[in-house]
Amino acid sequence: MFPRRKITPKGTDIQMETNGKRIVYADNAATTPVSPKVLDAMLPFFKENFGNPSSLYSIGAAAKKPLEEARDRVAACLGAEPTEIYFTSGGSESDNWAIKGAAHRMAKQGKTHIITSKFEHHAVLHTCTALEKEGFTVTYLDVHENGIVVPEELEAAITDKTALVTVMYANNEIGTIQPIPEIGAICKKHGVLFHTDAVQAVGNVPIDVKNENIDMLSLSGHKFHAPKGVGALYIRKGITLPNLIDGGAQERNRRAGTENVAGIVGLSVALEEAVRTMDEKNAKLRRMQTKLIDAILKIDRSRLNGDREKRLAGNISFCFEGVEGESLLLMLDLHGVSASSGSACTSGSLDPSHVLLAIGLKHEVAHGSLRLSFSDMNEESDVDYIIEVLPPIVERLRAMSPLWDAIIHGRA
Amino acid sequence: MAYSAKVMEHFANPHNVGELPDANGVGEVGNPKCGDIMRMYIKVENDRIVDVKFMTFGCGAAIATSSMATDLVKGKTIEEALKLTNKAVMEALDGLPPVKIHCSVLAEQAIKAAVSDYYRRIGIDPVPIVGEIRTDADELACSI
Repeated sequence: MFPRRKITPKGTDIQMETNGKRIVYADNAATTPVSPKVLDAMLPFFKENFGNPSSLYSIGAAAKKPLEEARDRVAACLGAEPTEIYFTSGGSESDNWAIKGAAHRMAKQGKTHIITSKFEHHAVLHTCTALEKEGFTVTYLDVHENGIVVPEELEAAITDKTALVTVMYANNEIGTIQPIPEIGAICKKHGVLFHTDAVQAVGNVPIDVKNENIDMLSLSGHKFHAPKGVGALYIRKGITLPNLIDGGAQERNRRAGTENVAGIVGLSVALEEAVRTMDEKNAKLRRMQTKLIDAILKIDRSRLNGDREKRLAGNISFCFEGVEGESLLLMLDLHGVSASSGSACTSGSLDPSHVLLAIGLKHEVAHGSLRLSFSDMNEESDVDYIIEVLPPIVERLRAMSPLWDAIIHGRA
Repeated sequence: MAYSAKVMEHFANPHNVGELPDANGVGEVGNPKCGDIMRMYIKVENDRIVDVKFMTFGCGAAIATSSMATDLVKGKTIEEALKLTNKAVMEALDGLPPVKIHCSVLAEQAIKAAVSDYYRRIGIDPVPIVGEIRTDADELACSI
């Protein structure tokens, strides 16, 4: 994708200088480049239209209108009302606000139980851990071998103390899509608040918060070609959460801080574009996904993590026995492929991915994981290139692996 | 976390990779659960390590420290090889990220494990000379 163009003198091009080496960016679940269209929409708000939307004079008002137009666009993309959209600094803030807010509000009614899944993003898991320290009890639902929550198990976990269910829309490592409409219906039936961390799903999966009975939804701009540092929380009308950030009267007194106007405008334009082009993009990504999965499965002792069908079109997650994930990533990087791993080493922690352990992988297998995540900016030729370079890399690492030696001789 | 150019050089083109069929000392440390295993082969003649090879399952630092440690003991006497410290391996690689220091410890232990095996094979108790080897390096790999 990247090597065909060079950085323009204006510096507005997203392409990288590559010195002729092929570069394939395959880590779009980590972050995406800001698209040229989004950047163009944002630029006026850094310079000409720099006003504070809260100011009375015309320069301020000139920033207020685009802010509200951005809110309209985001609401339309989710099937929400504009007054139900609150802009935040990103997915982590949205998750913290929704979960802590709902928990603290419901605790006043004596409801101190939260249901979540074992493989949520740390923004959700660590928030739940923090609430456990405050005295809340948390049920962590199994996600089974296919990486999908079973709605009946969720329903069985609901008690008269249950305040909140928080289950991610799509998993960030293995891309599995959760049965959100079914969970929404269950929560509605039992009068339990339902939050979903939809950071990986928004812009990639059609979402309608009303039809799916979602009470709160977190999203983050940089996963769909908007910049980092801007996100949103949808809060259904009628639900009042205590503020996470106190201060000024921005966001209808619910989230203080001068609005990141450029970021918010960028997020809204990016989301609108992602939703408008979703079908076309997903059709292309599915073709690439099928080709790549079929090719990688031909590697001996490789394993696709998570359900093959119920997953994001742009996500591929594999484990290779006898290979350690970080080495794999470094080797891929030497070949110009930017990818990610559930491997401990990449995150600075020495434990393997909690997601891969949650779907039942053994520690030694979970160490050998690879996540490739694509966006509409990738091309089929990127997949062809990965199919060309990946098998020899796996073979090379296995050739120096004492573990592989033991595996093929039946000693491990 | 970023590796030094030296680490990347040894990772991309590691020295002394493979098995040594006529090795007279073999040591293995680490465990798969923690994500690091190093196996070192040494061929000793007249108290000198005339050849050395390694097989490693692990991260970039595990492979690079294996490569560097084998370089540092190749051609050395056993006495010299036993003086190899993890610090020396790290310094020779222009440093390691703090979270990867345990890899250099594993490399040092792997050399010592191979020497211990050599002594055992010739009927000498290695413990007074080499010390205890933490072959089950559960703590070594997972908590250092």
